Amino acid sequence: MAGSRIRVGWQASVGLTGDVLAALVVPLSFPLLLSVYYAEPSLPFLAAITVTLALGALFRRFGDPEVNLGPREAFLAVALIWLLVAAVGAIPFVVAGVGTIAHPVNAMFEAMSGLTTTGATVLRDFSLHSRSVLMWRQVIQWLGGLGILILATAVLSEIGVGGAQLMESESQTQDVNKLTPKISRTAQLIWSLYLGLTALAVATYFLLGLAFDPRMDLYNAVAHAFTSVATAGFSPEPLSVGAFHPVIQWAVVPFMVVGSTSFVLIYFFINGEPMRLLRNEEFHFYLGALGFFSSVVALALFLDPATAFGLEGTLRHAVFNVASIVTTTGYASTDYVLWAPAAKHMLFACMFVGGMVGSTTCSIKSLRWLVALKAFRRDLYTAIHPDAVRPVRVTGKPVDEEVIRDIYGYLLLSIVIFFLLTVVIVVDAERADLRVTEFEAMGAAATTFLNIGPAFGEAGPYGTFASFSMTTRGVMIVLMWIGRIEIIPVLVLFTKAFWTS
Amino acid sequence: MHVVIVGAGEVGTSIAASLASDHEVVVVDVDPDRAEQLKYELDVLTIAGDGTASGIQTAANVDEADMIIACTDDDRTNLVTCGTAKTLGDGFTIARVKSTEYLRTWEGNEGAFGVDFMVCTDLLTAQNIVRVIGLPAAIDVDPFASGLVQMAEFEIAAESPVAGQTVSEADRFESLTFVGLFRDGEMIIPRGDTDIEAGDRAVVIGSPESVQSFANDVAPDTTPDRADEIVIVGGSEIGYQTARLLEEREFTPRLIEQDADRARTLAEDLPNTIVMEHDATDTEFLSREHVDEADIVVTALRSDEKNLLVSVLAKRMGVDRVIAVVDSPDYVTVFEEIGIDIAINPRTVTAEEITRFTYESIAENIAVLENDQAEVLELELTEGCRFAGRSIAELVEEIDARFVIGAITRNHALVTPRGDTVLEPGDHVILLVDSNSVSEIASMA
Repeated sequence: MAGSRIRVGWQASVGLTGDVLAALVVPLSFPLLLSVYYAEPSLPFLAAITVTLALGALFRRFGDPEVNLGPREAFLAVALIWLLVAAVGAIPFVVAGVGTIAHPVNAMFEAMSGLTTTGATVLRDFSLHSRSVLMWRQVIQWLGGLGILILATAVLSEIGVGGAQLMESESQTQDVNKLTPKISRTAQLIWSLYLGLTALAVATYFLLGLAFDPRMDLYNAVAHAFTSVATAGFSPEPLSVGAFHPVIQWAVVPFMVVGSTSFVLIYFFINGEPMRLLRNEEFHFYLGALGFFSSVVALALFLDPATAFGLEGTLRHAVFNVASIVTTTGYASTDYVLWAPAAKHMLFACMFVGGMVGSTTCSIKSLRWLVALKAFRRDLYTAIHPDAVRPVRVTGKPVDEEVIRDIYGYLLLSIVIFFLLTVVIVVDAERADLRVTEFEAMGAAATTFLNIGPAFGEAGPYGTFASFSMTTRGVMIVLMWIGRIEIIPVLVLFTKAFWTS
Repeated sequence: MHVVIVGAGEVGTSIAASLASDHEVVVVDVDPDRAEQLKYELDVLTIAGDGTASGIQTAANVDEADMIIACTDDDRTNLVTCGTAKTLGDGFTIARVKSTEYLRTWEGNEGAFGVDFMVCTDLLTAQNIVRVIGLPAAIDVDPFASGLVQMAEFEIAAESPVAGQTVSEADRFESLTFVGLFRDGEMIIPRGDTDIEAGDRAVVIGSPESVQSFANDVAPDTTPDRADEIVIVGGSEIGYQTARLLEEREFTPRLIEQDADRARTLAEDLPNTIVMEHDATDTEFLSREHVDEADIVVTALRSDEKNLLVSVLAKRMGVDRVIAVVDSPDYVTVFEEIGIDIAINPRTVTAEEITRFTYESIAENIAVLENDQAEVLELELTEGCRFAGRSIAELVEEIDARFVIGAITRNHALVTPRGDTVLEPGDHVILLVDSNSVSEIASMA
């Protein structure tokens, strides 16, 4: 370390990562028990448990709880946790050794796609895999949803990534939104809310399954509950939610929508302050986006003679798939790759919207669009009245100019990264002699970087990402990781200033 | 009455002058020359010294005083003066403050700082400006319950849309009560089916917003409506408070402030005001923003010279009404002679408010109507008084006097009186009473 001393309290980050890795034993034991119950091989999970315990112990040994966990250390810890948990999550797929995901890169893709609640899959033949391995995919997504909730409500709002600090000021929650000293309490409230919603989803799906569709058994009810509130999108069924009765498809929609609603505001809603949610402008924007895109897609489907779903079917497919993509879940009720270009391109536009800040949603998020649009409208006004001082307001509260700048920066960065990834996919497909159109490349870039799930063409909802080259998949793994934790925490790790100044 | 006035500036001198003839007045001022001068000017006892010091206060006989008025230019001196006075005796303390922060603290906590009555100069001035802007048709307007309630008297002109309506047709507003109608010099207690005739004078009590709306019904031509353009020049506390009060009355004023940080703060605090950051003496800017087409311009800059300049500019550009805040009382006439429509002096406004308060009564705020035919009283109900615990319908039944309850404030919030409203101790009741029954009613509170 001659010349440059490291100025990051990495011991704190490493220690925290070790704690999280050790705690992974708990979720891993769920598929382990399931494998015993179904008399399937248990080795994949035992191997993962051993590795995570060993890694956890190693990290804790290097960790030092005395070192203060500041913003820099939090950035490092967040990046490390998401990377290493995905790596551990990939172990059962490799050890099971069946199908496409036996390959380490594919296994890592599947696990990263799961942990980042993306839902893009490289599976080709679902029937090859054991029920416990398929359930593990669902569990990873549920964990990813929980992780991002805690990250979003407690950590990101505190260190202010791309305007995320807005959430704090906007929801006025001295009691549930502080990193310290109440982080444990925040985590607890969010945890119990998330758990409650998941349990409600299990009960709803299971009861509807009893009434309408025998394929929605307890296994499938749990599996889908795990990935709907998490807005994640994996399904043990090759046909996704499209495999089930229409009533069940309708029932999934509200859970996706709630999963993408600010959990802090849901907490207030339940605790006797419903107006905080109902008067929230971001909530209006989010519901408005859902309504607008659903109607346009429904109209496009009605006008297209090739898709004959009937009235209920058209509405259901429009609402379901728009909700699935806007909330960044990534389920499908039908193979929308076969739709007319108009409807498909609307779905592509939906990918960039996202749900509310402080939820399990991914993508750019409604709040950022709302602030950017309001700031733009303000700029039009000040073009006419150059001396007017007009703060941008969200739900009546003025937004700092610095936050607006952060949000503009975040939007620009997202668009640039999306564009570069598109270029990489097209060029790499050319190199590997694969037939990928520009639109399919754009869809695949948006869906992985913005953590949505399915794309178009080969990588459509009923297709697989295994059709891309290994290099492309490698790049996608990195970008899912960067995109999920709001870009900045990963990018700062690659600056010199982060480590030395 | 033995009155001690601390601070012999414009406000203190003016109050002392009005009280000197009927009361025993002692004036305290730090400046010995000023004290000496006042002794001959007003024929009052003066003491030179620090009014916050208990030695000086003892010398002024504060312990036996009925009233202590702290009206120096400094807020903290005034608050400490009142606090010190409370340690010596039990006189009624009045403090003049500029900061609305202190006022808010005082309103939220009874007797805070040892102050019994607080007059906030900037807020009072802003209220005055808004009254002048908003209710040009009213003959008389008086605030009650620290500005929460307003009493207004209107003359109903023949062309007024209200003329020929019944009281229940005219009174469309939730928090407004029709308390009295004067016709040919006779008072009528209005009922729902009483007809309003041209030439009547109507007295209403209610929230300032509802009084504003009613004024619009009575005189739609002269009363400014929401579409009228009001421009406030200068983001001083007076300018800010004026904009805030106008926002409450659903106007959308424009405010011009030169300082960037102050402009940003104002814009954040005033969601329905368009704040502009520019020098208001720049004529090019004024015409670019069409200030010449404004209906009303209020100048509230920090210096009289600038206010004068902007007022004259606005007047020359063709603004209908220009209202100027003038800090020095001597310039008020100068402003009005030049052609500025109304010049308001914060010190005069403060002195008037304190004097009015001392003149009338300590516990009651009153307005006298129509050659003393009726009075509007504000009564604070005490524990176990005749009013407490009874509904308004019961009181009307039991008490053989002509009175109408116009408004009630409870914990600094307005309660609209209805027949079944039950009064509670601590309530402030604003009511119109026939002059013959004033002392009888006042003794019941």
